[in-house]
Amino acid sequence: MTAREEILARIRAANGPAREPTEIDAAYAAIPRDYRRAHHDSEQRDDIVALFAERAADYRATVEPVPEADLPAAIARAVTGKARLIVPDGVPEAWLAELPSATTIVRDEPPLSARELDAIDGVVTGCAVAIAETGTIILDHGPAQGRRALTLVPDFHLVVVRADHVAPDIADALARLDPSRPHTLISGPSATSDIELIRVEGVHGPRNLHILVSG
Amino acid sequence: MTTPAGATPAPNGSMPTYLGMPSFPSAARTAVADSQLRRNLTHATTAIRAKRANVVRELDDWEELRQAGKAIKEHTLANLDTYLLRLEESVTSAGGHVHWARDAAEANAIAIDLIKRKNADKAVKSKSMTTQEAGLNEALAQNGIQAIETDLAELIVQLGDDLPSHILVPAIHKNRAEIGDLFRRTISEAPGDLADDPPSLTATARAHLRGEFLDAKVGISGANFAVADTGSLVVVESEGNGRMCLTLPDTLISFVGIEKIIPSWRDLEVFLALLPRSSTAERMNPYTTIWSGVANADGPREFHLILLDNGRTATLADETGRQALRCIRCSACLNVCPVYERAGGHAYGSPYPGPIGAILSPQLRGMTSPADASLPFASSLCGACYEVCPVAINIPEALVHLRARAVQSQPHYPERIFFSLAASILSSPGRMAFAQRLGSLAGSAVARRKGRIRRLPPPLSAWTDTRDAPAPPPESFRAWWSRTRGGAR
Ligand code: SF4
Repeated sequence: MTAREEILARIRAANGPAREPTEIDAAYAAIPRDYRRAHHDSEQRDDIVALFAERAADYRATVEPVPEADLPAAIARAVTGKARLIVPDGVPEAWLAELPSATTIVRDEPPLSARELDAIDGVVTGCAVAIAETGTIILDHGPAQGRRALTLVPDFHLVVVRADHVAPDIADALARLDPSRPHTLISGPSATSDIELIRVEGVHGPRNLHILVSG
Repeated sequence: MTTPAGATPAPNGSMPTYLGMPSFPSAARTAVADSQLRRNLTHATTAIRAKRANVVRELDDWEELRQAGKAIKEHTLANLDTYLLRLEESVTSAGGHVHWARDAAEANAIAIDLIKRKNADKAVKSKSMTTQEAGLNEALAQNGIQAIETDLAELIVQLGDDLPSHILVPAIHKNRAEIGDLFRRTISEAPGDLADDPPSLTATARAHLRGEFLDAKVGISGANFAVADTGSLVVVESEGNGRMCLTLPDTLISFVGIEKIIPSWRDLEVFLALLPRSSTAERMNPYTTIWSGVANADGPREFHLILLDNGRTATLADETGRQALRCIRCSACLNVCPVYERAGGHAYGSPYPGPIGAILSPQLRGMTSPADASLPFASSLCGACYEVCPVAINIPEALVHLRARAVQSQPHYPERIFFSLAASILSSPGRMAFAQRLGSLAGSAVARRKGRIRRLPPPLSAWTDTRDAPAPPPESFRAWWSRTRGGAR
C-alpha cells in the first residue's frame, strides 16, 4: 500500500466510509456562521477609510492622508534621501513626476536577483485591497505591486492605498481576491516579540512602511 | 536551567523525545527550582494575557467566531479523506507536487531526497512546529544538510543548542541578558559592544541571516492552513523571515500535518480573525503569505507539499481525544496555564508544551512510555485553557479522558505520578489543595461513569482485584468545605 492509500484507509477506519460529495457539501453549507461578516457599515465610506488609517498607524506604520492631486508631491517627500527606488510596472507615471533629481528609478527588467534587490533603497507600489478593521494592506502582486520579492527585500516600502481599495472587514476583503494568485497581507512593518514578548519593529521585512491614503 | 540534550529523531520515525524523556513530574521539579526561568515566564505570559483579552473584547462576536471555527474544523476532520483528496487535486493543478508521509521518517526522507536532487547542502527554514515534531533538522544534519532556523526565537534556540519551550515564542525561557550572552558568543556579525536591548539583539539577527536568505536555494516551511478548494497554503508570521523562505529560494518544501486543512477560501475569514488575536494578541499579524502551487515568474519554481500523518489518524480514532486535532497552534492555552507558568515548556518533553501538549503529544506518540502517560496529569484542570481556546477545544475533558487511558496503559505510573507532580509544582499551602483535587479527578477518571473503581493500580490492585472499591467523592473534603463554608456566609 502506498502512504497515500494507507493514510486514507486509516482515516476511513477512524471516521467510517467516505460520504458522497454532495452530502459533504450540504453539511459544509449548514455550518452555523453566526458571526458578523461585517462589523462596519460599508456605506459610511469616510468612516471606513479613517478606521483603516487609524488601525494601520497602530502598528507604527507611517500613515498620511493625501488628496489625489497631491500624491506626486507626497511621494517625493516620502522618498527623500533614497538614492535608488524600484518601481513595478503599472505604477502611474504621474506618481513619479516630482521625484527629487538625486533619486534613480530602477525597473525589474530583466528581473533583479535577490542580491541586486538588497542594494535598492526602497519600493513604491499600489495595493489590491485593504482591510479597515485590521489596518491591513493586501498585495496580489498584480499591476503596480510587482512580484513578491520587490516588496520584501528593500528596506523601505511606500504604498498608495486609494479609498476604494479599503474593504470594511476581513470577509469582504477576501471575497474581492482571486485565490489563484499569490498574496501578501501586510499589517505594519516587520516585527518580532521573541525577546521577552517586547515588540520590536523592523526585522527581515521592510523596516519602514509608509502608507499614503488617497481620496 | 539545565540544558537538555538535543532531540534525537525517534527510531521508529514518530516524534522526537526530549530530555531522555523523564516523566513530566521529574522534569517539572527541576524547572520549578529554577527561579530565573520562572521569572522569565511569568513576566512574558502576564503581558500577553492582558493584551489578548483586550483585542478579543474588541470583537463582540468572538464567541460566534469561535463556534464557527470549531464547527469548520470538526466538519473537516469528519470528512478528512475527501478534503485531503480535494487539496491534492487543487495543489497539483496549480503546479505543485503533493507527497504523503505515514510518519516522520518517511516525511524527512522525502525532504532529504528533494534537497539532494537540488545539490543543496543547506536550507533556510521558517518556523514550523511540524518539522520540529518530525525531528527534521536532526535528520537533515545526519545527511550533511544544514537547516538554518530563521525565526528569531528558533534561531536563539538553535544557536544555544537548546530546545523550544513555547509554541509561539520558543525561546520564552530566555531573557535579554541570556540572549545577549549567546549572541556575543555565537554570532560573528555581532558588534563587539552589542547591548542587551531587544532592538540591538534583533538587528544582530537580521545582519546574521541576511546573506542566507539572499543566497538560499531551498526553503522549508510549515503552514497554518491549507485550503482544499483553492490549493492555497497560508503562513502567518511577524518578522518577514517566513516571506523570505517562501519567496526567494527556487525550491520550497512545506511540511503540513493532515489536520491543517480547511475546506474553502471563505473559511479564512474566520481563522484570520481567530488566530492573530489569540496568538500574538494583535488585530492582525504583520505578514501573511498565501500561495497556491507555483506562480508565473514570482517566487519558487518548484513547490512540494508533504502531508504528514504521524499519529494524527490514530488521534482521529479517539472520539474524545480527536478534538486536539482542531488546534491552530495559537499558544493562548499556554499563556493562561498555571502549571505551564511554573513548570516551563521543557518539562512537557515534546515540541508541543502546555495544555495542548498534554493532550496532543500522548495521542500522537501513543501512551506506551511513562513520560507520555504522565502528560495528561500535568494539569490542575482549572479550565482556563478551554476558555481561551479559539476553536473551543475542551482540554480538561480530553485530559480526564486520557488519564483513564493512561491508567490502562501504564498501570503503575499515574497514581504515583500525579502526587509527585503536585508536590513539585505547588508550594504549600496550595500544594495540598492541588494534590487533593488531582487525586479526586484522577479517581473519577478511573471510575468513569460507574461510580466504582473496578481495578486500582498496584499495589492497591491486590485489593481491588477481589472487590470493588468505592470511588473517591467527586469533590475533595477541602474543596467541599471551602465551598459550603463560603456559601454559608
Ligand atoms: S489548544 Fe486551543 S488555545 Fe491551545 S494552542 Fe491549540 S488552538 Fe490555541
